[in-house]
Amino acid sequence: MSEKKQIQVPVMADLAARGEAPEVLFWVGCAGAFDDRYKSVTRAFVRILEHVGTKYAVLGMEETCTGDPAKRAGNEFLFQMQAMTNIATLDGYGIKTIVTACPHCFNTIKNEYPALGGNYEVIHHSTFLQNLINEGKVKIAGGGEFKGKRITFHDSCYLGRANNIYEAPRDVLAALDADLVEMKRSRANGLCCGAGGAQMWKEPEPGSKDINVERAQEAIGTGATIIASACPFCMTMMADGVKSQNKEDSVQVFDIAELIAQAEGING
Amino acid sequence: MISNIIFFIVAALGIGLFVWQMRKIAHNINLGRDKKISGDVSTRINTLLLVAFGQQKMFKRPLPAVLHLFVYVGFLVINVELIEILIDGLFGTHRILGVLGPVYSVLMAINEILGLLVIIACVIFLARRTVTKVPRLTRGPEMRMWPRLDANVILITEIVLMLALFAFNIADQKLALLGGHDLPGAFPVSGPLVNLFGSDVPTLQVIAGIGWWVHIIGILAFMNYLPSSKHFHIIMSFPNVYYSKLEPKGQFSNVESITHEIKAMLDPSYVVPPAPEGVDPQKFGAKDVEDLTWKQLMDAYTCTECGRCTSVCPANLTGKLLSPRKIVMDTRDRMEEVGHAPIIFAPAHYKEESERVKVTEERTLLRGYITPEELWACTTCNACVESCPVNINQLSTIIDLRRFLVLEESAAPAALNTMFNNIENNGAPWAFSPSDRFNWADDLFITSKN
Repeated sequence: MSEKKQIQVPVMADLAARGEAPEVLFWVGCAGAFDDRYKSVTRAFVRILEHVGTKYAVLGMEETCTGDPAKRAGNEFLFQMQAMTNIATLDGYGIKTIVTACPHCFNTIKNEYPALGGNYEVIHHSTFLQNLINEGKVKIAGGGEFKGKRITFHDSCYLGRANNIYEAPRDVLAALDADLVEMKRSRANGLCCGAGGAQMWKEPEPGSKDINVERAQEAIGTGATIIASACPFCMTMMADGVKSQNKEDSVQVFDIAELIAQAEGING
Repeated sequence: MISNIIFFIVAALGIGLFVWQMRKIAHNINLGRDKKISGDVSTRINTLLLVAFGQQKMFKRPLPAVLHLFVYVGFLVINVELIEILIDGLFGTHRILGVLGPVYSVLMAINEILGLLVIIACVIFLARRTVTKVPRLTRGPEMRMWPRLDANVILITEIVLMLALFAFNIADQKLALLGGHDLPGAFPVSGPLVNLFGSDVPTLQVIAGIGWWVHIIGILAFMNYLPSSKHFHIIMSFPNVYYSKLEPKGQFSNVESITHEIKAMLDPSYVVPPAPEGVDPQKFGAKDVEDLTWKQLMDAYTCTECGRCTSVCPANLTGKLLSPRKIVMDTRDRMEEVGHAPIIFAPAHYKEESERVKVTEERTLLRGYITPEELWACTTCNACVESCPVNINQLSTIIDLRRFLVLEESAAPAALNTMFNNIENNGAPWAFSPSDRFNWADDLFITSKN
């Protein structure tokens, strides 16, 4: 028996007012909050959190940019202003554990906030999902609707090389019982989608080709019908790259959380 | 006796000149900012053993890795013989280490086999540079005349050194044979060639002499050539790998002076600690080599110009101007322009070499060598850092130069300034209203299974 239920996403300020503390704070990130495509990843991940019964909360309107794009672009002043604002908010609520679907937020909070006084356990959603699967909380009986589908995973630089997380997203995909294929450049040798280092917000410098086109061609070349990603910027870049090859009807780009939520049958 | 004195003078001059050069190198590296590099010593030693001694990262590309291993092990082992050469040369002894008996024989045999492998590897390396022209070794604005020549000079010198060693061994064996006395050692490569130079004793003596002298003078000259060459990596890679960044690659350095400034801004009672001596707390980022850290300058001396970084750089692969190798080579050239130039090679500029890289007349690393266009092409993906066999951090230099452009010159591309404004005003890099930040949670449903 299944029923459709509306989710009231718990906001940290409300929990604090009731004197409650969440197990984990879900850091949504700017792309997760504003990017139309990536909002569905945020929603899929919240469904998973609800589904497994994790006690979570979000900052809601109190969240602001981690400062990652400012720091990569060289604006250290703006980065530290953002970081200190966020640290004040997080510490004000006594947050200990943070999960986020954005490798850039993940990297910044985990690695760069400690020097500014912000110390948290930070988990990327790929590792979080991997744990849920390992603990049997997400089962995907029979592999779900992606069983046998050809899927290739595109490594995010800020998850992979930056933080050595290569296996977690692959383990998550393995739960789908799909036909996982690797691109020639993968894991530590993965090719960037072209968005990092604040490139997301500017036109590329003059060159012969766009990086996301190069990467999308490589992904399409594997014969995969689904390109799985675990980063909002990779998702945008890969989707644009697929479009540039006029393959958007046959090749789709999904976040690993969307695939899991879909396979688990919890999408409302 | 006279040859012993000549040898002593030659060896003393060679070693003395090398020490003098190393002092200049140390001075150049110390042009950089002081930065305490902390971290666990055992992790550092482990990294040193794996990456430097163990050549771990070379093995991402097996063929060059195996060939390089021959040359590297050959260099290490054959240098044991250098001890013998020094003793023989100074005291007029002959194969003094022969007293080691069977150990000496094994050592000589290994030396000869490695010597042959070094020759084979160097010939293949020469072919890769001059015949098949492997792109990463030959292309790019930074691979101008000098670096290409330098690489070939090194390879040819190594071949000559090995040939001299074999010539000495062949002549020495034949002389022993003709004189009817035993020669310590085992010679699997030169043994079968024992008759190569005939049986004329004076000729053989001359050949043995030439072989011996060419080998030792060659090594001394080679040593003094190193500081002018990419081949300096045979020394610098060890300290450079030891001082590798141990933090996750995604963690960029924190600018402490800015932290103090912001804390003072938020809390007027905050006391800003005094800046370290020689550091201008008001200058952010790097414009020139003095603004980089000593480690970033050591990186530049360690670079072996192999081009692995550039060959995996997404910007470079798609035709952008950025080449991480050029960033490192420019840093070295500029450092040697500001500090001491090495004796063989005075740094030349790109101006006459490259049409695409539009450097200016400014006498600084930024713009005089490295253009903003190169810096803004970087995606900070760390592929260059990952690929470097000697753990150079190209990205840290790129970021420090970007910091100067943004914080000192407000010279970011317009689109990035818009992004900065959005973060300041809306708390997001896009121009969305902060009041819409939580809209994603509207009408969110789940299919709940009971």
